[in-house]
Amino acid sequence: MKGITALLAAAVIMSAGTMATAAGIDDPARASHYDAFKGKRVVFVPIAMGFDLTEGWAAGIRSALEPLGVKFDIRDPNWNTDAGAQAITSLIAEKPDAIVVHNPDVQSYARLLKRAEEAGIYVIQVNMRSSYSTDGFAGADYVGMGERIANRLIEKCSPANGGNGKIAIMQGVLTAAASAYQMKGLDNVLSKNPQMKVVSNQAADWDATKARSIMATVLQQHPDLCGGVGFWDVMDVGTGAAIREANKKVYWITQGGGNQAACDNLNKNLYSEVVSYDVPAQARDIANIIQSLFQNKPKPGATKTTLFSPLTFINNDNMKPGACWTLEKK
Amino acid sequence: MFGVANLTQERIVLALALGLTTVFSIALPGFLTAENLLSLVRSVSVLGILGIAMALVVIGRGIDLSLVAVMAVSLAWTLHMVATGVPLAVALALGLAFCLLAGIITGFLIAYVEIPAIFATLAMGTFIYGFGRYFLITLDVVYLPDAARSIVWIGSGSFLGIPVPVLVFGGVCLLGALFLRYVKAGRYVRAIGDNLLAARITGIPVRPIIVMQYALSGLIGFVAGLVTATSVASMNIRVANSTFVYDVILVVVLGGIGLSGGKGGVRNVIVGTLLIGVLINGMTIMDVQYTVQNVIKSLILLAAIVADTIINPRDEQTAQQGDI
Repeated sequence: MKGITALLAAAVIMSAGTMATAAGIDDPARASHYDAFKGKRVVFVPIAMGFDLTEGWAAGIRSALEPLGVKFDIRDPNWNTDAGAQAITSLIAEKPDAIVVHNPDVQSYARLLKRAEEAGIYVIQVNMRSSYSTDGFAGADYVGMGERIANRLIEKCSPANGGNGKIAIMQGVLTAAASAYQMKGLDNVLSKNPQMKVVSNQAADWDATKARSIMATVLQQHPDLCGGVGFWDVMDVGTGAAIREANKKVYWITQGGGNQAACDNLNKNLYSEVVSYDVPAQARDIANIIQSLFQNKPKPGATKTTLFSPLTFINNDNMKPGACWTLEKK
Repeated sequence: MFGVANLTQERIVLALALGLTTVFSIALPGFLTAENLLSLVRSVSVLGILGIAMALVVIGRGIDLSLVAVMAVSLAWTLHMVATGVPLAVALALGLAFCLLAGIITGFLIAYVEIPAIFATLAMGTFIYGFGRYFLITLDVVYLPDAARSIVWIGSGSFLGIPVPVLVFGGVCLLGALFLRYVKAGRYVRAIGDNLLAARITGIPVRPIIVMQYALSGLIGFVAGLVTATSVASMNIRVANSTFVYDVILVVVLGGIGLSGGKGGVRNVIVGTLLIGVLINGMTIMDVQYTVQNVIKSLILLAAIVADTIINPRDEQTAQQGDI
């Protein structure tokens, strides 16, 4: 009898237990998590919209933050640094909760970003850092990237590996962070490797047409050019066209956000290798920094987080479907 | 060969170009080879083609600041249409129609609404860029789709060893010269540029000719766009925001076509283009830094203009009309 009672009691307790599971237990951190985002506003100030990198970041940040109830706006200065500075100035007065900034060069916005932080706005910089370091930075480590690319060129072109050491460099705009920091990285390695000879180091202004005519001239002078590096895949379409027209084999390494166009051009052998800093992952990094700031609420400017993007070297031997990304159609 | 009195700006610039060529040929091994000279002309052929378009307008005492925007947007739209499934021929026809329409609207604003050309084309250039960027295409850079492979030869092929862009440049020069010399409308353009009121009194249909002038400029812009897009397999409409259009004006003015109109011809454009081509090519071979290249380029241009002012002082007419 006693045993039966105990059994019954056990059964009751067990069913109570299962009832509790069916009703569910509330996640203790959930409510405060969502509360942290209520009524928040984030504004993105790119160099310009309308190209793969900025469209990719905007789409990624929006899809990460909007479901949380964050309002996401874009101020597009369309390649005009003054317009960008004005946008940031007016934002300082408007006081959104966070600004995501894409710097055209290392100097222009530095003071404004400091003022924004002092006004109580979180500032996150993306891919090209200004000389002033803010709450967050997500982007490529350009110095490290230059070093890795230089080593790759040595692997392909140094006399010890069967090349002749002749390489070319195609920069974008000399003052952009991507150019200046990366040259430092390339220099770090190449200065220790005198067997490598830089026969041409020119800036093509991010313009494919200029890159094409520079490379055509360089190949006239150095028909035995072994390899080289360009600072943006969109510009290097021109470099690749010149190499192809001259019927030469040059190991050309380019770089960019890893948009599908880059993989397509790799497939067409316009260049040999693409270094991708993976824009969707960068967008996720930016969104994560913002989420962390909104939840922990440090004083703007008090903490500095840097997230360097992992780099992928994509070439025709290791390219898999999905190695590059596409923007979803609007 | 020429006396000092015959030393026009065209000849000064030609002499400069030949002088530089001689210096580079001696100092730079590999400069004076057939391949390098072809690649030299090739690299400035788009600049030259646009120069012819600009020259036609400037000779008619106008200026076309919307030229580069028209070129970039029309071709970007054409490529975008092909990528979204429009047959290539239809897309090309629509792109061409866009150029002509833009030219006609600009011409109408100048000839009938009587807005000064510099303001009308400045506004139209910005409008065309904005309209194209917002309504016609989605991204700044449009790649050449596979469906358009059949026109790639225009920018990257060669015929009898000569790159097609050079041939296109030559063709446009020839047609431009014939137009200015033998076609009635071409001679009218020069007459209008020289003296608009006199041309009107003579019975020249001044307004329609001005409209035609800008339509022609749009048409040549489309040709230049075709060469650009097919040689780098893409079109970047951001070029509309760059200083490229000033380079084009530079080639025209440097060659000796006065901004006050009525003077000069195709030869001036060719000379101006070649000087720029020789300069850029030589400096790239010497691996001169980009910023320094710009400084040297502008110094030589200034020198050419100063030389012209000294040798050809302003006459009564330019003093009265003033420059632009």
